[in-house]
Amino acid sequence: MPTRRTFLKAGGCALVAYTAAPRFLLRTARAAEANGKVLVAVFQRGAVDGLSMVMPHGEAGYAGGRPSIGLQPPKRGEADRAIDLDGFFALHPTLAPLVPLWENRALAVIHACGSPDTTRSHFDAQDYMETGTPGVKSTPDGWLARAVKTRPANQTPFRAVAMGPVLPRTLQGDVGAISMQSIERFDVRAGSDGSARQGFESLYEQGVRDLLHGTGRETFEAVKMLRSANASRIPPANGADYPRGQLGEALRQIAQLIKASVGLEVAFADMQGWDTHVGQGAERGQLALRFREFGGALAAFAQDLGSKMADVVVITMSEFGRTVAENGNRGTDHGHATAMLVLGGGVRGGRVYGRWPGLARHQLFEGRDLAVTTDFRTLFTEVATRHLGAPAAPLFPGFRATQPSLGLFA
Amino acid sequence: MRSRALTLLVLGALAGCSAAAAGGADPAQPQVADSSAASAVQPAADRQILHALNRLTYGARPGDFERVRAIGLSAWIARQLRPRTIDDSATERALAELTTLRMPIAELLREFPRPDPKMREKIARGEMTRQEMQERYPMEKRPFRITAELQAAKIIRAVTSERQLEEVMVDFWFNHFNVFAGKGDVRWYVSAYEREAIRPHALGTFPDLVRATARHPAMLFYLDNWLSARPDFIVPAGPNRGRKAGLNENYARELMELHTLGVDGGYTQRDVTEVARAFTGWTIDRPQINGRFVFRPLMHDGGEKVVVGHRIPAGGGQGDGERVIEILTRHPSTARFVATKLVRRFVSDTPPPALIARVAATYTGTGGDIPAMLRVIFESREFSGEDAYRAKIKKPFEFVASAVRALGGSTDAEGGSALARASAEIGEPLYLAQPPTGYADRADVWVNAGALLARMNFALALASGRYPHVTVELPALVAGTDPRSPAAVLDHLLATIVANQAGPETRAVLAAQLTDPQVTRLSTDDRGPANTDVAKLAALVIGSPEFQRR
Repeated sequence: MPTRRTFLKAGGCALVAYTAAPRFLLRTARAAEANGKVLVAVFQRGAVDGLSMVMPHGEAGYAGGRPSIGLQPPKRGEADRAIDLDGFFALHPTLAPLVPLWENRALAVIHACGSPDTTRSHFDAQDYMETGTPGVKSTPDGWLARAVKTRPANQTPFRAVAMGPVLPRTLQGDVGAISMQSIERFDVRAGSDGSARQGFESLYEQGVRDLLHGTGRETFEAVKMLRSANASRIPPANGADYPRGQLGEALRQIAQLIKASVGLEVAFADMQGWDTHVGQGAERGQLALRFREFGGALAAFAQDLGSKMADVVVITMSEFGRTVAENGNRGTDHGHATAMLVLGGGVRGGRVYGRWPGLARHQLFEGRDLAVTTDFRTLFTEVATRHLGAPAAPLFPGFRATQPSLGLFA
Repeated sequence: MRSRALTLLVLGALAGCSAAAAGGADPAQPQVADSSAASAVQPAADRQILHALNRLTYGARPGDFERVRAIGLSAWIARQLRPRTIDDSATERALAELTTLRMPIAELLREFPRPDPKMREKIARGEMTRQEMQERYPMEKRPFRITAELQAAKIIRAVTSERQLEEVMVDFWFNHFNVFAGKGDVRWYVSAYEREAIRPHALGTFPDLVRATARHPAMLFYLDNWLSARPDFIVPAGPNRGRKAGLNENYARELMELHTLGVDGGYTQRDVTEVARAFTGWTIDRPQINGRFVFRPLMHDGGEKVVVGHRIPAGGGQGDGERVIEILTRHPSTARFVATKLVRRFVSDTPPPALIARVAATYTGTGGDIPAMLRVIFESREFSGEDAYRAKIKKPFEFVASAVRALGGSTDAEGGSALARASAEIGEPLYLAQPPTGYADRADVWVNAGALLARMNFALALASGRYPHVTVELPALVAGTDPRSPAAVLDHLLATIVANQAGPETRAVLAAQLTDPQVTRLSTDDRGPANTDVAKLAALVIGSPEFQRR
């Protein structure tokens, strides 16, 4: 694990390469010293079926509407069955890698969580969840960006990082969040000759303070810092084995950034493929494959970070849930509430939070969907204030909590 | 490595030298380095031509500006609005080798069969070697080729087509009516989708686009309408025989939210369900053999529907869907929504409301005539206003195509595939936008650190000829300049690539680069100018902030 000493040493090397860059080295050292908390947000794009992710096996209304996609209730000693959590809820069998985290009380589930807005449009619902303003589309920035903004200034370009080709809505805003497809390729690749890098850097250093130039300046600061921290060379620790795929790759590299102490405060990763309108499957099948990658990646991340997880919280989210009953194509359509996971340091895990609204017809939202009993903003507020120490007020404009806090943190 | 102090020291001197070389300003005032042509002295009419080239094409090629000036801007625009009158046989020849572009869906399904799952099992069990599989299932017979050829074609067309506005509009409408080539059978349908549903109407009328996309197998599959049936329908045959199908609302919702009314266009969940009922039975005839639109009356919900306040009487059959399209495309929300998107594409990320209103009125007055709406935009003061000038950030695909064009480049199919990969690395994999929104047309989506680095890396690779099968003519580009004067070469590059629209800071930085021993070095080949690393200079110009704008 890099210490302040290794940074100063790396800084010494970098000093030779970049005569004009000592201020960023100071930043690196300071960021390493701050040793702050990190929040990692994972977005399950396309609306995950929360009733399959965390199955309410104690619920009488579960099986009836799902003749071909319903999970069998857990049964002790039988593999391939849902894994009982507390006598009422069970994890999808492919989420088995998360069980040790549950048993160590590092993993909590919030069920029947979602947006007060009733839209069933992916795009609107994602927009609302990312801006943190259900029903308001004109919000200019994302709630994660606002969370970063409330924290004490931290002079590093890596306060907020999204893994992926484009900056997600939730990190848009005036905090200089970075998106990258990979740490390794995050540089000007001009062979041994650095003059092109320097040329580009000068081009973006000059000129007006607009989106393009501002982003350019941040880009080159970030490139230098990553090079000096050698982040892409840090191997997974503790025997962590990330599954192949988008989320595993993203979390592996987020762990590298955390271990490189570049001052990361908020990270974001996407996982696609949850919009299971057709042929969803049950214990096996399309959705099971997504859960396998999802659970494997989260578990590997926690293992990789080891004791560092004490400073890290991962929260998973999805724009809405899916219909309680399966549709005519052995799939599910857009629903309302879903389940979200929180794992990491300080989380009072091993519990399913939130009031369970029930699945009897009269208990369903609009007669078809799991009702929302926990506004996602209640959950997000709690995570941001308790873990990051952010003040609640600016996170979710217009939000007035109508329920007590969940008590997720000790 | 040079120190920054040194850079700054020589910067002033060189900027002055560049100005002097261009035969203009007082060398004692190095800040006025762009004396050769800068915007300040450019006649408004010339700026209009540059602006139109930036917005109506994938960027100017060397000589385009002069060509447009010769025939006159409004005559050129009028021609671009009628693409059939423009000869494009060179592009057609370049596309000839891409045979899948012209194949009907049924032929594609036959020629590019889906992989046999048994073969994978056999390999896993060791009963078959990879080589045997290669022979039984060669690369050139695999379905990914269909998407790959379509991607290459999109690049070739953007780079070489004379019908530039049509290509811009094909891209625009494809994103508006997006389908994702990675979803199931869409892979076999996507070429036909662009060819049959989008391209013929790209400069036609909007209702025709909705009609053509609504019944195309690509859209029917992508948004699941092909599966949607009246609630009590029992599948009579096939693998799902005896099962209850059901209503699927996916297409109905996106038709209103993304294709016509817009999300705030005044519809309810109830309307979504009603529209879904109207489109039941619009499905695909044998999706993996024929892949053709068919209406199946047995799947159709024959009851009455009420869609945004309009009653559709029972018993309308296939006509229900057609009636819905009529209602939606005549709705004022659709006029406003389409107008907003067009103005955003051609004018600004923050579309001026007054222009939206005029374009929407044109939509209503002409029944959604696309050239009529475009004409209103192109002739508007908002389009030619200072606020709109170079105000748009190029999408990754626009950036890639415009870079090749600016360098006077050309590409064959293989080069097209490589350039398509470049577009993907910068954030826009072609035909692979998963959500029905398609790719966004706003700067904030595309401007971020990772993408910016990818743009710079692309500029370096392209200008230094590291894209095989993509030809860039750097020597031709700087022909006629004094090769011993790096400043003259730079002036020429800035004139050609960014039409002298580089700010004084950019010009000064580039001038400073010329003192770098890596940049100014003796060239060993006799084709290029003697002592300037033109490739690196060109790469810097293409990666500069100015070139990211259009």
